[in-house]
Formats: sequence, structure tokens, C-alpha cells
Amino acid sequence: MFGSINSTMILAILPEILILVLAAFVLLFDAIWSEDRSRNLGWLTAGGLLLTMVLSLAIASPRGESALVWGGMLRYDWLGMVFKMLFIFGAGITALFAMEVENLGKRGEFYLLLLVATLGMSLMASSADLIMLYLAVETTSIPMYVLAGFFKRDEKSTEAGFKYLLFGAMASALMLYGFSLLFGFSGVTSLADLAAVIGSGGLNTAVMLTSMLLVLVGFSFKISVVPFHFWAPDVYEGAPTPIAGFLSTASKAAGFAVLVRVFLVAFPTISTQWTMLIAVIATISMTLGNAIALAQKNIKRMLAYSSIAHAGYILVGLVAFSDLGLTSVVFYLIAYLFTNLAAFGVIVAVWRTTRSDEIDDYDALSRRAPTLAIAMLVAFLSLAGMPPFGGFMAKVLVFAAAVEAGWIWLAFVGVLNSIVGLYYYLVVLKHVYLHRSESEDIPIPVTRPYRLALTVLSVGIILLGAFFGPWFNWTSMAAKALF
Amino acid sequence: MQFPILSVIVFTPLITGLLLLLIPGERKTEIRVTALAAAAFALVLSIWLYFSYDLAVGGYQFVEKYTWLPQLGISYYVGVDGLNAPLVLLTGIVMFTGVLISWGIDDRPREFFAFLFILATGVFGVFVALDMFMLFFFYEIAVFPMYLLIAIWGWKVTREYAAMKLTLYLFIGSVVALVGGLAMYFSSGLGTFDMVALEGAGFSSNFQIFWFPFVFLGFAVLGGIWPFHNWSPDGHVAAPTAVSMFHAGVLMKLGAFAALRVGIMLLPEGATFWMPYVILLTIVNVVYGAYIAMVQTDLKYVIGFSSVSHMGLVAMGFATLNHDGMVGAGVQMFSHGIMTALFFAAVGMMYDRAHTRQIHELGGFFKKMPIVGIAFIIGGMVSMGMPGFSGFIAEFPIFMGVWQFRPWVAIISGISIVITASYIIRIIGSVFFGKMPEHLEHGDDHHEPIGDVTALDKVALVILAGILVLIGVFPSVMVPLVESGVDRILLLLGGV
Repeated sequence: MFGSINSTMILAILPEILILVLAAFVLLFDAIWSEDRSRNLGWLTAGGLLLTMVLSLAIASPRGESALVWGGMLRYDWLGMVFKMLFIFGAGITALFAMEVENLGKRGEFYLLLLVATLGMSLMASSADLIMLYLAVETTSIPMYVLAGFFKRDEKSTEAGFKYLLFGAMASALMLYGFSLLFGFSGVTSLADLAAVIGSGGLNTAVMLTSMLLVLVGFSFKISVVPFHFWAPDVYEGAPTPIAGFLSTASKAAGFAVLVRVFLVAFPTISTQWTMLIAVIATISMTLGNAIALAQKNIKRMLAYSSIAHAGYILVGLVAFSDLGLTSVVFYLIAYLFTNLAAFGVIVAVWRTTRSDEIDDYDALSRRAPTLAIAMLVAFLSLAGMPPFGGFMAKVLVFAAAVEAGWIWLAFVGVLNSIVGLYYYLVVLKHVYLHRSESEDIPIPVTRPYRLALTVLSVGIILLGAFFGPWFNWTSMAAKALF
Repeated sequence: MQFPILSVIVFTPLITGLLLLLIPGERKTEIRVTALAAAAFALVLSIWLYFSYDLAVGGYQFVEKYTWLPQLGISYYVGVDGLNAPLVLLTGIVMFTGVLISWGIDDRPREFFAFLFILATGVFGVFVALDMFMLFFFYEIAVFPMYLLIAIWGWKVTREYAAMKLTLYLFIGSVVALVGGLAMYFSSGLGTFDMVALEGAGFSSNFQIFWFPFVFLGFAVLGGIWPFHNWSPDGHVAAPTAVSMFHAGVLMKLGAFAALRVGIMLLPEGATFWMPYVILLTIVNVVYGAYIAMVQTDLKYVIGFSSVSHMGLVAMGFATLNHDGMVGAGVQMFSHGIMTALFFAAVGMMYDRAHTRQIHELGGFFKKMPIVGIAFIIGGMVSMGMPGFSGFIAEFPIFMGVWQFRPWVAIISGISIVITASYIIRIIGSVFFGKMPEHLEHGDDHHEPIGDVTALDKVALVILAGILVLIGVFPSVMVPLVESGVDRILLLLGGV
């Protein structure tokens, strides 16, 4: 049905093919390796994903014009490519974080599910058709439900998995309903055709608004913004920490990838309506997320609320509805992925020794594990938006886009919110650097996977924040691919 | 290509700070020597820079420009003129003396000096920045290490509170100013953050009048302007001595300087419109600050509030928008920086030995530490604006400028000099010449008898006091330089 298969089509899905091959290897070695060696599956996954990144970038980087491939199901462009690299990187780091966690790191199916979810995300980032989009979303979601509830004997983890499933299924259903309305009234499923129908005035505004709202529900769930954020704190708290990190970064980025594609490609004609709506959502998400994060005692819950706030900041870039705005969204997602993964990495490493995620148990971390403390300092200051870390540049770009587009009040809401954020990030750092604790003489070991992953992330955060030229080029190429 | 002296000055502290972190923490002497060597190096370079600025040529000199993010017109662009050359020198001096008097810090000196030096890089970066983005970037870098320095090494009673308050205040100010900066960037249509280019952007009056308060006040928070000064005395008091010196001596100038550079120079019409109101705020600063300083019983709070008062004079001088007022304010930034550093150093030395800063519990220190006494008295003379000291060179023109604006403002503000004299003389009288309490004189179960300060402390004090006298006796080493900088601003304001 696709006609003859040409090289562009293969290049377009090269990352996915490689992930699939890697998944097969993981299955194979899971069967071959004995129990005591199966921790190496983590190295295999991370290494394989690194190789996937390198090969994809070297061979399959889109050159020239974007193209629709596989019968219009996928779009081969820089936006998709940048997001794919981001997901693959995030999955690799997650594998490193997970490999020394008991009941997780030695389980072949964990890595398999992680890879399948990554595969789904990659497809999400490049899908150009409503059907493909829905399939990709489900390919991502189902493994994630399982991963969130991976600790079968842990009540909180099973609760997290179940809650995520229920919320996810609900949001998915509404989104699907929205898709079906779009298809029913326009008769097409491809985003490009849909844009053409809408552009020629083929859909009336009421239909468009309804379907837009329904689709937005599905995406809001994925990126965890108000009012579809309720799952995030419970799921982050209960899910295995590496998975919580993955959920809050790669999964969120995937949600943004489809949000950007659908809204900018399919709904540009009603942009005045949805930009206002999203501006309101962004305002509430930032404010509510930050305000509730202030009161948290558990660091994973705190980061969950902070991630709701960050989703709000990112939406500010989308509201700007411009080249710079889209660039800032992508840049922010990259910076946020590095930063938040680093934060969750530290949490995993600390949890392995202390068995606690309470902020009070981070007292004197700087004495127990100086390197972890430094990684935490870098990550949290970047979250707070301090230079020379990636979060600073990301926030500047987002707010710049808002100012450029005339959303001055939104920019002010954003910057004032970032002060609230600074407060609770500093409170954690205060525990880490200032407080003393009875167990401060018990060191927290940092094993090789953590050291490697946290070094890569910290260096990345600083590179993003101080030498932003190449990254900015990448992201602006991605942004331009859409227009 | 010429020697990139500004970049070397800016990055020497940062690189040293990172190198310090690589030295094992227990080798404290090596850490201190490295820190001192780096500070001396930066000081020598900044002195050389100061004296090789060519007045006959004028304008920005030692300019370096590298692209940073060309797509958005962000560049690493530095240069000095008559206004910031003294401030670079000031930073060099305070950094050097700060390291000298911090020799005795025994709790994690490695991290202390590393954070202090990262802070110094931020400060140098802001002073020499000619690119607005770069200015914000370094501004934030200067703010954060302050939090750790105060919270970890500060005075146990208030440090956590003061550090958090300070950080949040300054961050609020800077992000509000940042939005204004972004508005300027987009509204100019030039697609560049280059401030020299933005000076000629020709923003509309409405735009300038709308955005000026955000930008000016956003930065002026760090300059300690009323009613946003509240963080400053708490911060001064809680900070360890070297950090207080940096904080009051240099950091507050950062705010005033950025308010001038970004606020007044880029939005001159907005400045003209708002200045009468700003002057009203600064009157409160000057008089109320001095009054509060007078009723304090804690020595460090006295100095903290006196900083609020003196920084109010800086803002007032700039707000006159005339030649005399601005030249005075320019010199005052330098003079006050050195003077406050001296005060905090002296108070820190006394506190380290007497373990109290309550004025009524101290007395007779002149006998025990004469150098500290002499230095403090010189600082006091400067603070009161006595002729022959740098304070006079700075404050007299400010009052002249204010008089040209409205005589009654000058008269009211003049009251502050009287109040200042009263508390300075009271402190000198009771702390240095009163009777020393018995337990300090001979020691008891809890106290060692008070001894003299170390040689390093004396060197630091002599340097600081010497500079104050030097400027007072030979104003020509600084005034013409500042005038050349001010003339450029006056041109932007429409030429006088």
C-alpha cells in the first residue's frame, strides 16, 4: 500500500528500527545471561541507545525539505528528529539510573518496556496522521502504565500504576473522541489535509472548538497541566524513581511534541481562541504547581508539582505562537530533560542508601556525598532558572517569546512564579548544604552508572546554559521545520 | 590583537574558584595562598586597567566582542569607560582585602573562597558588560553565591532567614528588570542586546515611561533603594565579614550601576519623567536610613543602615540627571564601597575577639588595636563627608546637584550628615575610647583577653584607609575620569 519503499522512508524510521533491534537483543541476553550478570542489561540498553543516537544523527539527519513518508503517516523533519534524540537520550539515562535498583535493574522486561515506550514516543514525535498519532500515544502509554506499577509488591507503586492507567484511559478516550469528530466532519485524517480543509473554511468554528478541547484534554494529561494534573504527584511518588524521572521528562516532551504539531498545523485558524485558553492554563499551572510544591515534604511529590509548574512555563512559549516561541518550547524541553533527570538521578542514588524520599532525610547530604550534592546543586539551580545553567536560558527564551508576541502580563506571571520556585528549590539545597544530621558520617556510595549519568547530565546542563549556540541552532531548525 | 585584559580580569576569579575546588579540603594554607595570589593578580590588573584608561580618547576602551548567540544578537561584549573603571578597581581592592581578612576562616575555606570568587566573576562581568544579556547573565551569577556564603558561614542567629530574604528580593528585582530588558530588545527592532546600539534605538516616550520604573527599580532593589532596602541590613549583619564587605562594598553598587546603565542610559526620557519621584524615594533612604542607623545598638546594623543612607545618596545623585549630581554619585559609589568595606572589616575584627557587637558592651578598643581605631576614624570622617577625605569629594557635588534640582531637597537631605556625624562620633567615643569592660580587658572563663589584630588585617585596613585619604587629598585621580563617563550620559539625556 505504500508503493515502493525508498531510502528516505527507511531513514525516516531508522531510530525506531534500531530501537526495535536493541529490544530484541535485550530479550535475547535476558534469556542467556544468568541472574548475577543480568544487571549488565542496563549497560546494554544505555550503550545501544547511545549507538542509536550516533547512527541516527550520522545517517538519518533530515537534509533539505521535510517530507511525508509511509503514505502520509509520518513526517520526516528536524522537529521529529530532535525530539527522537531527546527521548532516546532520556531512555538511556533512565536505564543507567535503574540498573542498580533492586527488583528493577536485573529484569529484562523492564528494559524491554522502556524501549517500547521510547519507540512509541519516537513515533509520536513524527506522526502526521491522526490514526498514527493515536497508535503512537497508546504504544507509549501502555508500557508506561506497567512501568509505573512495576513494583508488584509495593502498594504505592501498584496504586501509581493503576491510577495512571485510569486517568490515562479516560484522557485517551476523550482525545480519540476529538479525533473522530475531526475525521467525521472533514473526512480526512492526515494533519496536512486537515489543515487544508480548515484553511478553506470547510469546518465550522463550533466543531473545531469542541474537537480542539477534547484533543487538548488528552495532551494536557500527557504534559500534566491543570486541570489534568492530579495523577502526577501520586504516580511520581509511587512509581519506581527512574520511571518517575522518565515520565516527567521524556513522556512530557512527547506530549509537547504532539501538542505543538497538532495545534500549529491543524488549528492555526482558531489560534486566537486557543492561545488565550492555553495562556490561562499556563497561568494556573504555574501558580498552582508552585504554590502546592511549597508545602511538600516528599521530594518526589515536590518535583511532581514543580513539573506541573514547568509545563506551565513551557506553554508560555506555545502561547507566543511564533518562530521564537516554538524554538523556546523545544529548548526548554531539552534543558528540562537534562535537569530533571539529574534531579531524579540524585534521588535514586540517595534512596538506595537511605530508603527515604523525605526532604528532611536530605540533611547533610553535602557531607555524606559531596558529588551528589554538587549534582543536586546544579540541577536545582537550573530548575530555578539560574545562570550559567540550562534552565536560565530556557526561561529567558520562553519569556522573550512571550514579550515579543505582546503577552507582557503572561511574562510577568512567569517571572514572578519563578521566584516562588526559587524558594522551594533553595529550601532543599538548605537541607543538603546547611543542615546537620545524626547520620552525616555514613557516606552514600555513588556507583559507576550514577557517576557516569550524573556527570553527563551536569556537563550538559552547563553547556546548555553557557554555550547555547549549537543547541539553539538545533532547536530553531526544529521549529522552522513546522512552519 | 591586544591583550584581552578585561576577560582575564573577569575570568581569573572563576577559574581560580574552580581550581580551588580541586585542592583537597584539608590543605588549608595552600588554599588560602592560592586565593590570595589570584586576588592579587586581579587587583594588579585592575589597577593597571584603571591607570591606562586614556582620558584624551574617551569612550569605551579595552573593548572585546565575541559572538555568543548571533541568531538573537547576543554577544560577549565588554569595555570600560569613566564610570565603570573605578568600579572594576573597587572590586579588585575589596576582593584582595576580603581575602586578607578572611585568612582565619577555618570551616571549609576551600568552598568559601570558591564561592566568593564565583561571586567576584559575576560582579566583574556586570561592571564591564556592554551587552544587556551578558549583564543579566553575570548579575544572576553574582546573586546566588551570596546565598550560600551567608547561609553557611554567616552569623548563626539570622543567617538562614537573611540569606533567603536577600536572594528572593534580588531575584525578584532582576527578573522584573529582565522583562523590561526583553521589551527593549524587541521594541528596538535592532535584534541585538548590544547596549551601545540600543542607546540609539529611539524608543517612543510612552514606551520609555512605561518600562522605566520596572527596569530602574528592578535593579535599584540591589542598590538598596527605599522601600526595597529591607533585605540589605539583615543581609549585612548575617554575612561573614568578607562577604559583608563584598556585599555592601561592591554588590550594592552593582544594583546602582545596572540601574544607571540599563535604566537611565537606555531609557533617558523615562528617566526624565520619573526622576522627581525617584528623588522622593531617595530622600527617605538618605534621612530615614541615617536615623535608623542612629538608634541601632548592634554595630553591624549601624553600618548596614548607614549603607542604606549612603546608597540613597548615590541614587539621588543619579536622579538629579545633572552633571554635578552624577559625578558625585559616580565617585560616591567608589568611596562608599571602600569605606563600607573598611567598616565591616573593622567591626568583624572586633567581633571575632569580643564576641559581641552591642555598642554598650564594647569600649576602649583604641588601646588594644590602634590601627583598627585609626582606620575606623578615617572611615568615620569619610562617612560624615569631612573635607580631606573621599566622602567630601563625593557628597559635596551630590548636594550641589540636588540643590540645582530643588534646594529644599538638598536641605532636608543635609540633615542626614548631622545624624551620621552623631552616630559615628558616638561609636568612636564609646567603642574606641570608652572604658573596656573587665572581662574583655583581662579575660575570664569565657573570653581570652583582647589582643591586637593580625598583620594581614592591618595591611587590609591600611590599604582601605589609604585609598580614602588619597582620593580626598588628590581628587584628580578619579574625578576627571568619572566626569568623562558622565558627559556621555548627559549627551544621551539630551546634552547640557
